[in-house]
Amino acid sequence: MSIRRSGARAPHPIVKLLVQRVALGVVTLWVVSVVIFAATQVLPGNAAIAILGHSATPSAVHALERQLHLNRSVLVQYGSWISGILGGRPGTSLVNGLPVWSIVGPAAANSATLVGLSGVIGSVVGVTLGAVVALRKDSVLDHTSSVLALAITALPEFVVAIAMIIMFATVVWDVLPAVSIVPPGTQAFAEPRELILPVATLVVVIVPYIFRMTRAATVEALASDYAEMARLKGLPTWRVLAVHALPNAIAPVVQVIGLSFLYLAGGIVVVEFVFAFPGIGSSLVSAVGNRDVPTIQMIVLVLAGFYVFVNIVTDVVALLATPRRRQPR
Amino acid sequence: MSTVTDIGPGSSKPTVRRRRAWVVILLRAASLPRGRFGLTVVGVAVVTAVIGPFVAPHSGTASIVAPFARPSSSAILGGDELGRDVLSRVLNGGWVLLAMATAAMALGVAIGSASGIAAAYLRGRWDTVIMRTVDVVLAFPQLVFALLLVSIVGPTVWLTVLAVGFSHAPQVARVMRSAALDVSERDFVKAVELLGVKRRKIMAKEILPNLISPLMVESGLRMTYSVVIIAGLSFLGFGQAPPAPNWGTMINENRIGLVLNPWAVIVPAALIALLTIGINTWTDAVARVAIGIDREAETATLLEMPAVGGEL
Repeated sequence: MSIRRSGARAPHPIVKLLVQRVALGVVTLWVVSVVIFAATQVLPGNAAIAILGHSATPSAVHALERQLHLNRSVLVQYGSWISGILGGRPGTSLVNGLPVWSIVGPAAANSATLVGLSGVIGSVVGVTLGAVVALRKDSVLDHTSSVLALAITALPEFVVAIAMIIMFATVVWDVLPAVSIVPPGTQAFAEPRELILPVATLVVVIVPYIFRMTRAATVEALASDYAEMARLKGLPTWRVLAVHALPNAIAPVVQVIGLSFLYLAGGIVVVEFVFAFPGIGSSLVSAVGNRDVPTIQMIVLVLAGFYVFVNIVTDVVALLATPRRRQPR
Repeated sequence: MSTVTDIGPGSSKPTVRRRRAWVVILLRAASLPRGRFGLTVVGVAVVTAVIGPFVAPHSGTASIVAPFARPSSSAILGGDELGRDVLSRVLNGGWVLLAMATAAMALGVAIGSASGIAAAYLRGRWDTVIMRTVDVVLAFPQLVFALLLVSIVGPTVWLTVLAVGFSHAPQVARVMRSAALDVSERDFVKAVELLGVKRRKIMAKEILPNLISPLMVESGLRMTYSVVIIAGLSFLGFGQAPPAPNWGTMINENRIGLVLNPWAVIVPAALIALLTIGINTWTDAVARVAIGIDREAETATLLEMPAVGGEL
């Protein structure tokens, strides 16, 4: 016979999940750091020649080799790189000699603004549309929006971005700036008008996913017995939807919103490039173009960290949103 | 390849013929309205890409009009940034994209299915190693992973195909593994195991043929994302080397002249859009037939395969 009290001292399921997921996240990030390091520094043979080109003088190659610690063993190289990152000194850019963090830090803040705004607006729009369409299941609106959502999910972000520029910044109406002229290092909020098109593009890209999931989850919840019961009690439709259906549809919607944030982390690369927005996406493109290895490593690590973080948050929120799973058993 | 096979040794009526499963799926998908729509739309883009080089009125690399010239009788879609004929560049600029995307899709589906099936059937250490690798690769956005690989190997056509194909593999592996887990537990697999058939042969001859449905859906999805990512890489400047025409590259080259000659951007962008929308709509039709997406139980399908109708 187990004593009830000892059961009550078991960790709360959310705490347990959090601990598990954070530990797993740290391990993932560590492995990712090894992969990034191996990919960018070990594989290409002589990275110094790859960066400088074959016409480089031997002394320049030698100097760069020393800057990259290429003359030491791979383990020592990895150790000094990772300890530099953990200690807040992730090296200097090979292009302009500035500390990598002085490039990536402000860019990451701008990208966070972009991702945050697009994610929040996209979630609100997607959930609203999904719930409204779910109430009109099998109507013309339902079928049209389903086909439209399918089409938009297939579009590459740069096609959506170019369509935005054609519509609102050049050919059709010339009302919004086509590129951000925010100087690198300044904050994205300084020029809100320049955020409109990048945010709108990302919203268009993620709304179909959130819309489809919300619609499907709400349709399922509305078809359930408790929603039927609520309707039979004579509750108005909006009450059935808001009080009875949506709360039970929330867990899959939370998961798809989490996935959308992950999607945004990839989407910013192209969208920032199109609008010349000074974030980590456009920094990554120019770093890849310049073979600026320390900057590439840092940005990819930041994006991987964001992935791990979003996955943990999504799991915890999805658990909180599932009433029967959040009680300790 | 024959499209019909006998119903099997147990059949008493040899005249009754059964088509292969994948042919049935394709035919039924093609009979759905969205399947027909998808095929038509893809058809327009593919025909443009494939027969384009043979009907292009000019060389894709010769300057024949003023930069960003408006459409005229000599250049129906006007000129691009260097005064080259936009129509000829559009007609020449699709087939490499299409070939690269197809190759990357095939590679990704092949690596992904092989490792997914191996993980599901062999279990144990193989499963752990394969699925942890998958987790690590899935810790980046796919485009970022492809960019990371391109930054190492440089933007050569074949290496880009390898990079994109490899970046597809984890998603495919995940889907194929979960589908193969079921099949591996079935009696006929146990039976051939008892006959002493080699494990590699069991995976190829017994398990794979039972995974045709997810395989077809995955192929369609990876094809969409192959086009998205390869065109995206070209757009970002990591595609074919400059004078070569390419739809993705054209959009980036000519967007500074959008006000002067919008066609130099609109036409390649529209063709890429037709290609991706068409493939995706077709794949959605295949998915509806093959794995039966029930609109009533869509939540589970969307969560399990968020990729159906869109990658996440």
